[in-house]
Amino acid sequence: MNTHRRRITLAAGLAPLAALLPRWASAAPLFESLSLFIPAAPGGGWDTTGRVIEQVCRAAGLVGGVQFENVGGAGGMVGLPKFVAQRKGQGNWLLVGGSVMVGAGIANKSPVTIRNVVPIARLTEEAGVVVVPASSPHRSWKDFAAALKANPKGTSVAGGSAGGTDHLLLGMMIRELGANPKEASYVAFAGGGAAVAAVIGGQVSAGISGYSEFAEHIKAGRLRAIAVSGNARIPGVDVPTLKELGVPITTANWRGVFAPPGVSAAQQKALTELMGAMHRSAQWKEQLEQRKWVDVFLAGDDFARDVAEDIRSTEAVMKDLGLA
Amino acid sequence: MTTFDALLAGFGTALQPAILLYGFAGCLIGTLVGVLPGIGPALTVALLLPLTFKVPAEAMFVLFAGIYYGAMYGGSTTTILLNTPGESASVVTSLEGNRMARKGRAGQALATAAIGSFVAGTIGTVALTFFSPLIVDIALAFGPAEYAALMVLALVAVSSVLGNSELRGLIALALGLLLGFVGIDLQSGQPRFTFGSAELMDGIEVTVMLVGIFAVGEALFLAWQGRNGDGEVMRLSGSLWMSRQDWQRSWKPWLRGSAYGFPIGALPAGGAELPTLLSYYTEKKLSRHPEEFGDGAIEGVAGPEAANNAAAAGVLMPLLTLGIPTSATAAVILSAFQSYGIQPGPLLFSTQSGLVWTLIASLYIGNVILLLLNLPLVRLWVLLLKIPRRWLYAGIVVISTVAVYGASNSLFDVGLLFAFGFVGFAMRRLDFPTAPIIVGLILGPLLEQSLRQALVISQGEWSTFFTRPISATVLVIAITLMVLPKTITRLRKRARVPPG
Repeated sequence: MNTHRRRITLAAGLAPLAALLPRWASAAPLFESLSLFIPAAPGGGWDTTGRVIEQVCRAAGLVGGVQFENVGGAGGMVGLPKFVAQRKGQGNWLLVGGSVMVGAGIANKSPVTIRNVVPIARLTEEAGVVVVPASSPHRSWKDFAAALKANPKGTSVAGGSAGGTDHLLLGMMIRELGANPKEASYVAFAGGGAAVAAVIGGQVSAGISGYSEFAEHIKAGRLRAIAVSGNARIPGVDVPTLKELGVPITTANWRGVFAPPGVSAAQQKALTELMGAMHRSAQWKEQLEQRKWVDVFLAGDDFARDVAEDIRSTEAVMKDLGLA
Repeated sequence: MTTFDALLAGFGTALQPAILLYGFAGCLIGTLVGVLPGIGPALTVALLLPLTFKVPAEAMFVLFAGIYYGAMYGGSTTTILLNTPGESASVVTSLEGNRMARKGRAGQALATAAIGSFVAGTIGTVALTFFSPLIVDIALAFGPAEYAALMVLALVAVSSVLGNSELRGLIALALGLLLGFVGIDLQSGQPRFTFGSAELMDGIEVTVMLVGIFAVGEALFLAWQGRNGDGEVMRLSGSLWMSRQDWQRSWKPWLRGSAYGFPIGALPAGGAELPTLLSYYTEKKLSRHPEEFGDGAIEGVAGPEAANNAAAAGVLMPLLTLGIPTSATAAVILSAFQSYGIQPGPLLFSTQSGLVWTLIASLYIGNVILLLLNLPLVRLWVLLLKIPRRWLYAGIVVISTVAVYGASNSLFDVGLLFAFGFVGFAMRRLDFPTAPIIVGLILGPLLEQSLRQALVISQGEWSTFFTRPISATVLVIAITLMVLPKTITRLRKRARVPPG
């Protein structure tokens, strides 16, 4: 009877209600109720990560119910202070964030940064890619690197907001090539789409972004990928890493979850276990596969050390770029 | 398979009862969120995103398309009746639309908006079907320099919305431009005018200011008028339907509005505000009744409404052909594609042909549904005006507050809403036009950012704006439009004075 009624509701186009119905799990969930704080507007990368955490945790019976709070803006720097101030010591709250917050906090000189939250687990990451328009005279990394080294000012590169992962990668490349990063001709665009349009349209010499942003255009032959920034090549993509090309840089845009400050060791452990259980579930693997997310699960103290290291190196690059 | 066959196959899927039901639901939800000030399609679609885990892709995108188009139709309703636009693309409509309503011509204003939306939406969808690759290639030729030139042209067009006093209009515009600077600067990553407040880092949300100045401001002004005993009563006189003359004065603005809306909407940084502004400017200049502008000229409703609907269709073009979202709603729809493991891009038409053509077919169907839905609703909406205004606007204030809080979860934004409400009240009280401040807030950041992007690319050479052909052409048009009318007036005056 119940399922029957639910089907009718679905057919009536009122599926939101069906989506809100609790799922009965076989075993007792690890958390009766979990709250996810997303320091970004609905629909973006962090929000999607949060929604997938919700789906997986509920489907795997790890969590009874999940609430969301979205406070978007400024690379997470609007939401972060709110999370730190209002959720102090609350062991059932998680913030979804990532590397973008590291740079944003430094650039804005925000008093509250990623240091103020407790790292729980790193979940996914995406390597950056350097692309040139199909019509570009730069056939390969070698051509582009030569141009960038000789004349960084005349080699305009499009990417996301200033101080973000794309900008930092450009700064590191120029530094490694032995030129002055402060001369970088970086053209910041709001949102990946506008940057993609500028590169395809040949408005700039090159573009830097996460691989997925450019992937379809690379496949369609409108853009030529000349280097990726990850530790290894992207599976199925025949583009060398910067390391292979003799430029010792590895960066990636990672996403993970954090607990509010002031949580007890027991609460921290419970949240870490929850993420570990989620990571082991078949549903999580399925989502990674479908969304082509790279699994870089890292939990607890290892993750905390990793974040600290990321902050240190980001600060150094931002000083080079004149942003910090 | 030709485009036509593919489209027919798309209709085959979209007309299945189950899918059609989603389309209808989408149109209904869309109209509703369009009508309510402060709630837009982007937020609505985002809130429905979790559904992508349950509902098949075809049905989902038909629903989203319905919401997207529906909101564009619904947006004009409260704008015309209550002078409370809920989306920035409807601001220009408020200028003449609400004047018409006050003269008892609410029915005609709503009808020309609905039919104009249908005409423009259909033209836009036809163009999306057959000319996408061509128009997208032209759109890609627009770089930062071209956008900067386009914004200069828009600033010239702003002259048409300055109201009776140019000085007051320019003050309002300058205030809007100034407020546009608040927040983190995209090119340097540094906060400006935020006074250390984290909430201001992302700048002032256009919707918050828009709803504050219009909806809350209007309510406060009415409250003040009520106390002073000179609150006007809305009249409803004569037929609700458009007369022969109304049709004659509407059809050309519909077509011209579509001609602005579609290509500009297709530009990666075009948006729907710019074409409404250009359309209004054009209609005011071309009208045989220029004296009626500012006092309820039907062209001033027909043109901008057509323009914003055509722009909505235009926005889908870079989304479907390149995977590039150019509006907030398009960005959310893009992430819906990704939830299904589909990556929109240049290959989407070949890899997901069934889905894409179902979506496009649903746009045609949605337009028809929306027309059928909205024309009879005109009668119903107009009845809204019979509700005593103090109750009506009290309700509007409540809905606006809830919408703003719901969108951002931020009490700061609610405070900002009411602060702008008082600004809106003061502007009405002191007879300042309200449209320029919104236009300034939207155009200012676009102009500044594209100007600086262009200068980074040209290594600081200002000549880039005149050496690039498209940018130079647009700038020459802008300068001509600015200088020519005044010169002509001056020459005529001189001719009239007899020599000697």
